[in-house]
Amino acid sequence: MSDDATGPPPAEEPAAGTTFESNEARRATEGDAVLTTRGARVEMLSAACFVVAMLAAIALAVVYWEGGQPQAEGILLAVTLGGIGVGIVLWAKHFMPTEEVEEEREPLPSTEEDVAAFTADFEAGESTLRSRRVLVATAGGACAALGVALLFPIRSLGPRPGRGLKQTPYRRGGLRLVREDGSPVRPDDLEPDGAVTVWPEGHTDAADAPTLLIRFRDDQDFQPRPGREGWTVGNLVAYSKICTHVGCPVGLYQSNGLLLCPCHQSTFDVLRGAKPVFGPAARSLPQLPLGLDDEGYLIATGDFSDPVGPGFWDRGR
Amino acid sequence: MAGTTAPASGATAPEPRRPRGPRTESLLVHRLARWFDARLGAARLARTTLNKVFPDHWSFMLGELGLYSFVVLVLTGVYLTFFFEPSSNVVTYDGSYEPLRGVEMTEAYRSALRLSFDVRAGLVMRQIHHWAALLFLASLVVHVGRVFFTGAFRRPRELNWVIGCTLLVLALGNGLFGYSLLDDQLSGTGLRIVYSVALSIPVVGTWVTSLLFGGEFPGPDIIKRLYVLHILIIPALITALLVAHLGLVVRHKHTQFPGPGRREGNVVGERLWPTYAAKALALFFLTSAVLAFLGGVFQINPIWIYGPFDPAQVSSASQPDWYMGWLDGALRIMPGWEFRAGGFEIPNPFFPGVLLAGITFGLLYAWPFLEARVTGDHDEHHVLDRPRQRPVRTALGVATLAFFVVCFVGGAADVIAATFGLSVNAVLWSFRFIVLLLPPVAGWVAYRLCKELAARDGVPTASRVDVRDIPRRLLRGAAADGGHRPSRAREAAEAGSER
Repeated sequence: MSDDATGPPPAEEPAAGTTFESNEARRATEGDAVLTTRGARVEMLSAACFVVAMLAAIALAVVYWEGGQPQAEGILLAVTLGGIGVGIVLWAKHFMPTEEVEEEREPLPSTEEDVAAFTADFEAGESTLRSRRVLVATAGGACAALGVALLFPIRSLGPRPGRGLKQTPYRRGGLRLVREDGSPVRPDDLEPDGAVTVWPEGHTDAADAPTLLIRFRDDQDFQPRPGREGWTVGNLVAYSKICTHVGCPVGLYQSNGLLLCPCHQSTFDVLRGAKPVFGPAARSLPQLPLGLDDEGYLIATGDFSDPVGPGFWDRGR
Repeated sequence: MAGTTAPASGATAPEPRRPRGPRTESLLVHRLARWFDARLGAARLARTTLNKVFPDHWSFMLGELGLYSFVVLVLTGVYLTFFFEPSSNVVTYDGSYEPLRGVEMTEAYRSALRLSFDVRAGLVMRQIHHWAALLFLASLVVHVGRVFFTGAFRRPRELNWVIGCTLLVLALGNGLFGYSLLDDQLSGTGLRIVYSVALSIPVVGTWVTSLLFGGEFPGPDIIKRLYVLHILIIPALITALLVAHLGLVVRHKHTQFPGPGRREGNVVGERLWPTYAAKALALFFLTSAVLAFLGGVFQINPIWIYGPFDPAQVSSASQPDWYMGWLDGALRIMPGWEFRAGGFEIPNPFFPGVLLAGITFGLLYAWPFLEARVTGDHDEHHVLDRPRQRPVRTALGVATLAFFVVCFVGGAADVIAATFGLSVNAVLWSFRFIVLLLPPVAGWVAYRLCKELAARDGVPTASRVDVRDIPRRLLRGAAADGGHRPSRAREAAEAGSER
């Protein structure tokens, strides 16, 4: 195709190096006789497919007009498309030539002459361009500067990742823990083995604040982390609900003190500072220091023990 | 390719090519064609196109299947854009789906519900779109497998392999972004995982996520951003690359399987016009028919059951669409390791989520160049390998596939555990072993199978004789009795001597 622009006008004869040969001569003459008998039946069948497609298309329009029905729409559309498809298949299989032909492949690389001619032309132009060195350098510099300047607007796409990843609304301290409907929680609201998801009051829409409040049983051996002895109220302990693996809510509390993340099956031991005991999570769930306010409702006395959720490069800085 | 040519030397054409008498109904068509030709001068090029030769083999239609799925995706997708609202604004639902009346949700999710319940033909379009995406990815993956196992990526087709790999990456991304748009509970969980995996990239992770999501998760802008990517940027890239992909297929001419009369220097098959074109058109209609049937009858992604996204909620058995399953499985199978030093860390999801994907696609892109380097074979190849002829390549491919299949199945570890009443821990531990053990075993079995099948065929494998010689030698045998090579090619093929 490459030489179409410069080549001679289209020739009736095959161009050199390209041959087609048919092998269907015998088959074709025999075929004509067959067409008269069986061919008529196949033609009817193929036409029937197109007619079915036509009717299904009309039915599709009617179904739509009458209010629509997804299953009927899908089936009628399938029948329409399928009817056309099968009709064409029959047509092609029985009434179109199936001769196998051979075509030569030409070499892909350009001839040495073409390459040389191109190189000569290109280099002639290039040398005139190169002769203006100052222009080449300054034009190049200008384009590079433009490229750099165009990168800056990318910065507008989002804020600088700052302390936000390491803080939650709990950092104010003294916020009540509330359920999703905003109601505060008293320690007695939970049965042993009970668990409820809570947020800091006024922040029930914060994605980094969901907290799992768990009441373990008296017979369970809860061992607080060193330095977190006063972080529980009675048998109540609170951890971030955001998994330290990839941030799914760790929702499944089991009576054996284990907390399971339904996404990737990380398992945390609630009685041992929510350290990971199985699965891909490598860090404990951050713990929330609990307290009581004057009216006996649960509060958080400060932010979580660690940044909430999945890890990132400078989490520990 | 200078002017290709007429049928058949000596063959009597079964039917006359032009109408004999004056045909007034085609006068307008003729005049139109003349009008365009006077401005384009394209008759010769058009004729060349009509006579393009395509070898026929069932496995060559896998890529076509992907193309047609893409066409269906574009057609249904355009319809969906008329109704979808890519907005994170919180609204209260008051549509016709009773159970969610009065529930707060984003406009994106509400418009998806409206599409499903209140827009006539909306649900069937949405479901066809989703099924088409699954088929698109499936046919791409199988097509890549076909090209890999038959060595169709070798010179001169390395560039087309690279384009194809890019198409696969773009298609994977666009599928993920597409189902993430709806902001239902399942897709929100998926986005949560995407955010966390991106966040785990050393040094730049926090910046990448902030710029992509417009802030901390869930991010105010992510739906708008994904929407632009999903309906404009990525489809435009896919379209451009598809054109290049098909253009290169035309430029290179199609590969062919070995067989009598087939050699490196020719291509044996059917001409595009009319039979092959008709078959291709029929395949398009049949593909669309299957997708329409699936979209109408088989429910997919019922977002009204999942409910609107709430970052504090998740249900078990949260699985992504199938083509992301290997990544989700890898996240599960990975033991809880991560690196920390001096206050810096490389979090756990980086290894299965970023590194594994990087290595996977890095190797995929590099494969033609790696193989040429290792085998020292830098020649052009237009005749395909049968997998058995290349036991090492086949074994490596099978081992790699085994690895990803285990990852994929591992993505359903919780479902497997629940279904068979096993402990989740035991199931995941099994997968940790299987993912390491199965690939070498599968590779070894594939290698032995190749060797034995090749020995049974009497076809020498690559280790002994260069496969490139086979078609030439067969051809010499065929040409020796003189005359009509192609007819022999066809008769031999019909007799089932090859393929």
